[in-house]
Amino acid sequence: MISKAILARKIGMTQIFNDKGEALPVTVVEAGPCLVVQKKTVENDGYSALKVGFGDVKEGRLTKPQLGQFKKNQLKPKKYLKEFKMQDAEKYKVGDEIKVDIFQPGDRIDVVGISKGKGYAGGVKRWNFNRGPMSHGSMYHRRPGAGGATDPARVFKGKKMAGHLGVERVTIHNLEIVRVDSDRNLLLIKGSVPGPKKALLFIKNTVKSRK
Amino acid sequence: MDLITAVEQEQIRKDIPDFRPGDTVKVYTKVVEGGRERIQVFEGTVIARRGGGLRETFTVRKVSYGVGVERIFPLNSPRIDKIEVVKKGRVRRAKLYYMRNLRGKAARIKERD
Repeated sequence: MISKAILARKIGMTQIFNDKGEALPVTVVEAGPCLVVQKKTVENDGYSALKVGFGDVKEGRLTKPQLGQFKKNQLKPKKYLKEFKMQDAEKYKVGDEIKVDIFQPGDRIDVVGISKGKGYAGGVKRWNFNRGPMSHGSMYHRRPGAGGATDPARVFKGKKMAGHLGVERVTIHNLEIVRVDSDRNLLLIKGSVPGPKKALLFIKNTVKSRK
Repeated sequence: MDLITAVEQEQIRKDIPDFRPGDTVKVYTKVVEGGRERIQVFEGTVIARRGGGLRETFTVRKVSYGVGVERIFPLNSPRIDKIEVVKKGRVRRAKLYYMRNLRGKAARIKERD
């Protein structure tokens, strides 16, 4: 169960100085405001959750079934929808907004995103294989090496090979919030987060921290 | 204004004087030593400025007891107390890395007004 969650858009990275004068690498993220579109309840749906929308969109860009979810409660249409399984779902009503001010500097969060696509990548890039010598006539530059023993007479499932890399769901745990800017709906997160700029991110309180 | 610039704007220092590669500067840095803070001065030639916005840094080179010493400072660091331009130099490059291979008379830089 989640106690704090918000949807966000990655803006980019920069650095800022903390009060000790150290430069911290930060990711700037535009988080919320998120609109509560629907409440799922145990009686109606078998589980409890908040359906939350983020990002403005023109009405014409949505299909009628999509639009209907907002029209039902006279809400503004949103680009992205996601369900939050919140601890305290009762506190929210349909039409409420979740804003960045639920977070404070120093909070620890997990960030979920879709990683950047790397295309069809070889074993060296995809699985951190060591490469062979580049010179002295080696001719074995970035090849994957052996596929396994000869006895099973087959390659085991899950064998690390070349293939598509990136564009998968990635969670980075236990990142620290450096600053919260409620006026501009910005969060400054220490370190990097998955995905390209403008990517949708899901930010929630971390599962790791003991605080 | 894009949001990255807006975030950086708050910490960008406006009290930094104008200087370019080739200039000789004195950089007064705050050093914390055993709980006490004091000011340390580093004087030398600026041989490079790189980066933009809050991330801009500059490299200062001096020759100390025959050994070349270079320090890279973040331009907007709060640990810099002040920067003093001692001399303005006229150079024809943005990066003066060739200074590393020069010594004595050859390592002089013409003055600019």
